[in-house]
Amino acid sequence: MSVVFSRTKGLTEAETHYCPGCTHGIAHRLVGEALEELDLLGNTIGCSAVGCSILSYNYINVDMIECLHGRAPAVATGIKRVRPDSIVFTYQGDGDLASIGTAEIVHAAHRGENITVVFVNNAIYGMTGGQMAPTTLAGQKVTTAPAGRNPVINGMPLKVSEMLAQIPGAAYVERVSLHSPKEIRKAKRAIKKGLTCQVEKRGFSLIEVLSTCPTGWGLSPVDAVAWLEANMVPYYPLGVLKAPEGGKNV
Amino acid sequence: MTMTLMKGNEALALAAIRGGCTHFFGYPITPQNEIPEFLARELPKIGGVFIQAESEIGAVNMLYGAAAVGCRVMTSSSSPGLALMQEGISLLAAAEMPCVIVNVMRGGPGIGGIQPSQADYFQMTRGGGNGDYRVPALAPATVQESVSMMVQAFEMADCYRTPVFIVSDGMLGQMMEPVEFDNIELKEPPEKEWKLTGHGNVRKPKTIKTLMLDPARLEARNFELQEKFQKIAAAECSWEEYLIDDAVLVFTAYGSTARIARNAVDQLREEGFAAGLIRPRTLWPFPDKPFQQLASRCQTVLCVEMSCGQMVDDVRLAVNGKLPVAFYGRCGGMIPSPEELVAKAKNIMKGGRQ
Ligand code: SF4
Repeated sequence: MSVVFSRTKGLTEAETHYCPGCTHGIAHRLVGEALEELDLLGNTIGCSAVGCSILSYNYINVDMIECLHGRAPAVATGIKRVRPDSIVFTYQGDGDLASIGTAEIVHAAHRGENITVVFVNNAIYGMTGGQMAPTTLAGQKVTTAPAGRNPVINGMPLKVSEMLAQIPGAAYVERVSLHSPKEIRKAKRAIKKGLTCQVEKRGFSLIEVLSTCPTGWGLSPVDAVAWLEANMVPYYPLGVLKAPEGGKNV
Repeated sequence: MTMTLMKGNEALALAAIRGGCTHFFGYPITPQNEIPEFLARELPKIGGVFIQAESEIGAVNMLYGAAAVGCRVMTSSSSPGLALMQEGISLLAAAEMPCVIVNVMRGGPGIGGIQPSQADYFQMTRGGGNGDYRVPALAPATVQESVSMMVQAFEMADCYRTPVFIVSDGMLGQMMEPVEFDNIELKEPPEKEWKLTGHGNVRKPKTIKTLMLDPARLEARNFELQEKFQKIAAAECSWEEYLIDDAVLVFTAYGSTARIARNAVDQLREEGFAAGLIRPRTLWPFPDKPFQQLASRCQTVLCVEMSCGQMVDDVRLAVNGKLPVAFYGRCGGMIPSPEELVAKAKNIMKGGRQ
């Protein structure tokens, strides 16, 4: 009998604290597999960010540093400027990256920092209990917009990747989703591409990963995946927003 | 020995390089810009890196990343910039990341002004960040001392695994004085076995973190840090005494204000008044000892600051009710003259109002 699937060396043996059905687990696995397959685990330093994924250092099998809310791209800058040959990535949620950390992410891209950002967008603050994020969809009910996000009061959800793709220093920006096995495979390819971009010293790369938060959304894991596909994907279209030089924009 | 005429700020910057600093992250603010400008020019020449950050918040977090991988790293700023960094300073102290942070103080509160001030004593010794932590704060009074303290700051940072403050002010930063760099002797920096390097597939991954959700573990962690702070407090207090043995009135002041107080002591001595000076060289840990050991002849301690009275709190704690402590302060960028201090001291010695 041949083994067709096993735990990647990119993940530790630790059991995760994520809610049942949360796609953070899948995103972690993709990061772990991508690092393992590119043989980068031993030379990588990761930056975890405030939010549900702050403990990602317990699960991803690389040296890691925990960062203050929103500041991971600045911390990654400090690391990378001392160790330009290390692979440096941040793993940030949407509350962290798209709200409190906008200055840090914009300027990391602006400087063309040669780092890779895994940006997990689940349209809500998960860890603090389901508050509105800049990425929360119009009409989506959250604890701090109980009647649903009202664009008149709160504005329309922020499309961070589109914004960052405009910055000259950003070499590669792609949005992927975790709502089906096919999309998950594409997501892994994108993460590998981002890391490769860094290995080749092309500059800033960011992969936005549309993800579920069944707990915050008040849905079963299965319904959450369907909700993601039906509601998030139309507003946050998937695909390459900025291709590394020599590649092709869509 | 070669003496060079240098501005305080530039001397700090050159001393940082001599002290082994290879990386600088900072954001422009007056009156400290000579430091980043000097390092933007000089660091690349030695293979170092200068990065202008998007903000002081960005800068202090870059410091955290660079310190975590083990290099000698610094930033410099001025009062409102330091206020912005406090979140990161609490983190640096909690994660025990060695680095040096220079504050060339200016008048506050709020945006305040750009003239010299010492109104950040609280910010430098009490912290503006969250939680129980301490940061050693060195306060030079001359350009030469700026040099020696900068080197000392990097060594302390590595030795105790802590951020270290250099507390300067707009006057000292802009002042030109002859200074020499010949006598700098660097100690071998300690091995940083905690630094992140990537595990190289040969060891377990390392983590640098400060989140501790279990209250008992967090309390134990706090006690561990406190033990370190006590060790620093016991070993690192530093001060200068000037003519205090027979003094009836003892001034106390730090930084550039201490130079003015020293002039006042000389003038008073010429006129037959027995005055002296205690100059704290470390603000935290604060040197209690010279105050506790004052001879019984001493009748008053007069604390002089370019603030509305901040260090005076520590002086009162050190004196602990044994002596009256008077205060004289100018603020907002106004600098006290020796004559003002002489008049205040005479008034006190003649039994006038304190
Ligand atoms: S709160 Fe949401 S994002 Fe956080 S672990 Fe639970 S499901 Fe995942």
